[in-house]
Amino acid sequence: MRKRQFLDAVGPLLALAVLFAGWEAAVVLFGVSEIMLPKPSRIFVEILDRAPMLALHAASTVTIILSGFMMSVAVAIPLALAISFIPIVRRVVYPIVVFSQLIPKIAIAPLFIIWFGFGVLPKVLITFLISFFPILIQAIVGFTSIRPEPIRVARSMGAGAFDMFLRIRLPHALPNLFAGLKMSMAAAAIGAIVSEFIASSRGLGYLVLVANGEMNSPLAFAGMMLLSLIGIVLYFAVELIQRVATPWDIAQRRSTPN
Amino acid sequence: MDATAAVPSDAIVFDGLRKTYEALEGSIEALGPLSFGIKKGEFVSVLGPSGCGKSTLMLVAAGLDDATAGAVIIDGRPIKQAFTDLGIVFQDHALLEWRTILQNVMLHSDLRKIPAKELLPRAMDLLKKVGLEGFENRYPFELSGGMRQRAAICRALVHAPPFLFFDEPFGALDALTREQMRVDLEKLWLDRRQTVLFITHGIAEAVALSDRVVVMTSRPGRVERIIDIDLPRPRSSAVLASPEFVGYCATIKDIFSATGILKD
Ligand SMILES: Nc1ncnc2c1ncn2[C@@H]1O[C@H](COP(=O)(O)OP(=O)(O)OP(=O)(O)O)[C@@H](O)[C@H]1O
Ligand SMILES: [Mg+2]
Repeated sequence: MRKRQFLDAVGPLLALAVLFAGWEAAVVLFGVSEIMLPKPSRIFVEILDRAPMLALHAASTVTIILSGFMMSVAVAIPLALAISFIPIVRRVVYPIVVFSQLIPKIAIAPLFIIWFGFGVLPKVLITFLISFFPILIQAIVGFTSIRPEPIRVARSMGAGAFDMFLRIRLPHALPNLFAGLKMSMAAAAIGAIVSEFIASSRGLGYLVLVANGEMNSPLAFAGMMLLSLIGIVLYFAVELIQRVATPWDIAQRRSTPN
Repeated sequence: MDATAAVPSDAIVFDGLRKTYEALEGSIEALGPLSFGIKKGEFVSVLGPSGCGKSTLMLVAAGLDDATAGAVIIDGRPIKQAFTDLGIVFQDHALLEWRTILQNVMLHSDLRKIPAKELLPRAMDLLKKVGLEGFENRYPFELSGGMRQRAAICRALVHAPPFLFFDEPFGALDALTREQMRVDLEKLWLDRRQTVLFITHGIAEAVALSDRVVVMTSRPGRVERIIDIDLPRPRSSAVLASPEFVGYCATIKDIFSATGILKD
């Protein structure tokens, strides 16, 4: 079991190292130009050289991701509760929300500049729009998928509505909620980059776009690498909270081999 | 007056109870009309073929499902909402998967607002009695089906309720544990004399535990016959080997044969 945990942690890092080594070797071997594909070592040097500037852009991007993500959570969870437990909302609002997901969100993003200008707001809104659906859907599944038995057990003990929610429905929904949070976090990272592509003079998305325009591939790749890193770190931050909050679910998933 | 009918002094009265489920493919008559009573402190088993409405009977009795017609009256009050003065074991184990075994047994403390320290010693004692010592902090998925069922039984007993509703509580147990649980349950019951509604498939189990056995017809379940079990308690192995015990079992088997539920 120890051994497996060790492999779980080291395996991906090892794979990444092999990938970078292969990339480096291929670039050197085939004499690929730096504009086409810079060597990983060149990208790392670029990151170190321009660390302060990159950090500023990264901070801006992280702010947008987290703001959009938190807005998604703040809107999706109450909405999921309303859709799950209020029949009229379920019948009227739910179809509208689902239909709204058929609109290509990236295509309407430029509209947001017209409506909200160039500030932080349109970027947060685009991020929100792209990241809010997974958490909504997963929350609804979590709140509505419970078997009748746990509810009956609680009713037989005289549970009121508050305890029924806090002690029965909410814990039951947690694994789904966290699945949604992780998907939403990944989506928020994409949303933030998209928003910076179209409506920004700041952030890593903007930086990558500008560097590409200047054919400065090392800088563009440096930006992309940092974006990936940010996405991964934020995703695993949610995963970490999940492990603490739902030990039964984590243990159960670990014990089922797949 | 019909021999199976309830008398007003009974602790639990089923009065013309009927349950029809409305399903997409049409309605299913699951139960009744059915009438009988359980006296205070009496251990009554309900015995019947699969699908005859036994679980339905328990759900309606506990106020967890509405009757289509008729009434359940407990201690003189008609049941209109969930009845809470009981310990209940459902047929499908109903442990909360996000709680450890001990936390499941202690659920009463959170929902009924009983102080935990009042409940804890009894919870630990019961878990030990059913052989779950050392599993208190395990989650349900780490236990076997039989162990989960034993935990659910502890949860039904821990707050010392005056009524016990058990729906095939020993269903997932092996024959040996089943036998032991039956002996332990009788012991517990002899201590406290709760009013028990015990649902089972097992003829010998019903006879061994009960003061009376209610034999049901196939679906929609009605009372086929009620049999008084006049055997001394505790029901030791000597009692269970007696010709009287064997006779009661044979009588019930004969009823099932005569009604075509058991075929040669
Ligand atoms: N929620 C439901 N909706 C529709 N029909 C149901 C529902 N629950 C039970 N039934 C039907 O009611 C009948 C009685 O079911 P019930 O579960 O009470 O039987 P049972 O006697 O407990 O059977 P078993 O011994 O197999 O547990 C069955 O025919 C079943 O199909
Ligand atoms: Mg049943």
